[in-house]
Amino acid sequence: MKQVDRIIDSYHNDKNALIQILLQIQKENRWLSPAVIQRLSQKLGVPTNQIYNIATFYKAFSLKPRGRHSVSVCLGTACHVRGAPRLVDRVKEVLEVEPGETTADMKFSLETVNCLGCCALGPVMMVDDEYYGNPAPTEIKKLIESCD
Amino acid sequence: MAQLKSSSDLVKVRKQVLSRRAKKRRISVNASGTCGLAYSSDKVCQALAAEIEKQGLSDKVELTATGCLGFCENSPIVIIFPEEIAYFQVKPSDVAEIVSETLVNNRVVDRLLYKDAKGKKIVNAGDVPFYKNQSRIVFGNNRLIDPREIDDYIALGGYSALAKALGEMSPEDVMDEVKKSNVRGRGGGGFPAGAKWETSRNAPGKIKYVIVNADEGDPGAYMDRAVLEGNPHSVLEGLVIGAYAVGSHEGYIYVRQEYPLAVDNLTTAIEQAREYGLLGKNILGSKFNFDVTIHCGAGAFVSGESSALMTAIEGKVGEPRPKYIRTAVSGVRERPSVLNNVETWANIPLIIERGAKWFTKIGTEKSKGTKIFSLVGKVNNTGLVEVPMGTTLRTIIFDIGGGIREGKRFKAVQTGGPSGGVIPESMLDLPVDFDELTKAGSMMGSGGMIVMDEDNCMVDVARYFLDFLADESCGKCVPCREGIRQMLFVLNRICEGKGKKGDIDLLEELSDVLSDASLCALGQTAANPVLSTIRYFRDEYEAHINEKRCSAGVCKDLLSYYILPDKCQACQICLRECPVDAISGGKNLVHVIDQKKCTKCGTCIEVCPARFSAVVKISGEPVPKAPPQGTEVIRSKAAK
Repeated sequence: MKQVDRIIDSYHNDKNALIQILLQIQKENRWLSPAVIQRLSQKLGVPTNQIYNIATFYKAFSLKPRGRHSVSVCLGTACHVRGAPRLVDRVKEVLEVEPGETTADMKFSLETVNCLGCCALGPVMMVDDEYYGNPAPTEIKKLIESCD
Repeated sequence: MAQLKSSSDLVKVRKQVLSRRAKKRRISVNASGTCGLAYSSDKVCQALAAEIEKQGLSDKVELTATGCLGFCENSPIVIIFPEEIAYFQVKPSDVAEIVSETLVNNRVVDRLLYKDAKGKKIVNAGDVPFYKNQSRIVFGNNRLIDPREIDDYIALGGYSALAKALGEMSPEDVMDEVKKSNVRGRGGGGFPAGAKWETSRNAPGKIKYVIVNADEGDPGAYMDRAVLEGNPHSVLEGLVIGAYAVGSHEGYIYVRQEYPLAVDNLTTAIEQAREYGLLGKNILGSKFNFDVTIHCGAGAFVSGESSALMTAIEGKVGEPRPKYIRTAVSGVRERPSVLNNVETWANIPLIIERGAKWFTKIGTEKSKGTKIFSLVGKVNNTGLVEVPMGTTLRTIIFDIGGGIREGKRFKAVQTGGPSGGVIPESMLDLPVDFDELTKAGSMMGSGGMIVMDEDNCMVDVARYFLDFLADESCGKCVPCREGIRQMLFVLNRICEGKGKKGDIDLLEELSDVLSDASLCALGQTAANPVLSTIRYFRDEYEAHINEKRCSAGVCKDLLSYYILPDKCQACQICLRECPVDAISGGKNLVHVIDQKKCTKCGTCIEVCPARFSAVVKISGEPVPKAPPQGTEVIRSKAAK
């Protein structure tokens, strides 16, 4: 909880910064645990239902633990017309999970996103912070295997 | 960095920077933009830095890591000034040659030049067809700016518009100039920015806010990211000028968290502007105070809507509210709030610096200035394109974009994101501005332009947007929440081959309800992609419903893959690659797809060598009977 307190402090205990605080916690922990939400509620004086309201409304938050690596496939229009649905299928085959799920070993979480803003590269997938434009099936496998 | 206390201090800094660099040759690499990084531009930049050092050129050469240069697909891009020699798709291994040939010996490295369609090599960046037909007044400076160096922006005359506004103009003068320029909101609505500002200025209340909308959620559009990443100070300068005109002392920049580099570059820019005293108290000695906070969006398309965005800034769920009172009067914390898009703000310094008269010379009667479009999809040159309003779609797609990939046929271009529509081939000569696009049943939106060819199914495109909107609808009002879902249900049915007579009428009826009864623009415009595809491509809908045929070969349920027995050369590639082992055959034996096992993933058609082209898509008619097992192939000339 020290970490949560530190983040709250860095925003000067400001209720208005709730979304920013949640984003920071999500980034560091990769999910928002019930204990964290309790703590936030106490420190900021915001009811837990309001925090859950935010956490379930925005796509950036997860109420389940996410894997160590995030794999995102872009489903933006530019990617869609260039075959993003097929890219999703291929990544699903490699990871053996559906979008929104995490592999059993907690290594990867697969997500689809609405636009990564690299439309010229489409179809795009992102592994952690790296962008890959139109990866071939063998490349996808290699990428996934190269993550530790 | 010393605080700048007056506009003459700013001039002094500019002169210092310019004289420091006067004798240096400039070399730019797009290594501070996301798309450049995706192509490893950073590695090219590092290699250049090391090579310049190694060859002892550090005093003579200035290396700049710029943001997006627009022609993303040909990244990494290196431009050498003053000649503007442009190298495309540069690899770290090319760097030593660039430095010793071009920087030392003044010779062009031929093989890295851009080759046009006829194979002619082009040396100068400005002569590359992609750039030649643009007028990059907002976006063009990116190539001379390292977004993490405020001095780069100042060297180009940056912040002089702010100095002019604060030093020589009253807030009313600034407002008048912006009104005269008739600059309209670049975020989609096209509402005149000056009018919005005036409403806020005249609204009661001492505390007012100015806000940058950088929640660029339209899938297929990324110009705001490119401007924020590549030239953040132009947006900041516009914002401070706006704040001065409106009488605001506090601002927000709402950026989506999916753009981490934009947030980073912006944060650095704000810090540097504060150090120079271009943000904070008593800006340039004018007694005007203003500062700005970044607010990261957490991933919700609807939060880009003005009232929703403002609710989100307050730390609440970003849902829209009814706007009987405009946000310009009652926005963040019920105070007057001016919200403009990134690109709109970036236009403001230009208008103040060069005057409304200059600005109104560009564009059409009712849409002034330029617009940046993200030209993507099935077009040869994908990237960001800035053209004067009124440029025709044909110029953008064919002259700048270089036409359709792989010699295929143009079918339609989608503009305006999920609120927009498709425009067919017959309307390619349409001049692009706010009003003409609306008349055509689409809209400007934030500037996404997704080009589609004969392989794109228009029913599937409509279904795609509705699927997106069903996911992004906040659910607060019933017409949007339920209406979109019902329309999606009907569209899914059509794409699955279960469409019924009357489905098109039903879609049109639901569209009416959505546009009349929804709370915010998301729902009000949600039907546009459906209505415009019905308007221009009704025959495709009818083929899906009546003949169960998808002529583009996209809708899986209406599609079968079939191997032509007379063309198959039994190379066994598809047989090996099929992920579900649905293909049988063997050496010298015609391959056959088991239609029951086939998941229609399309791998076979992709891997079948082009010289055989044995796999075909069949839609709207029964699959021909497979040849008996063990049929031997007929050897074609191509195989030999």
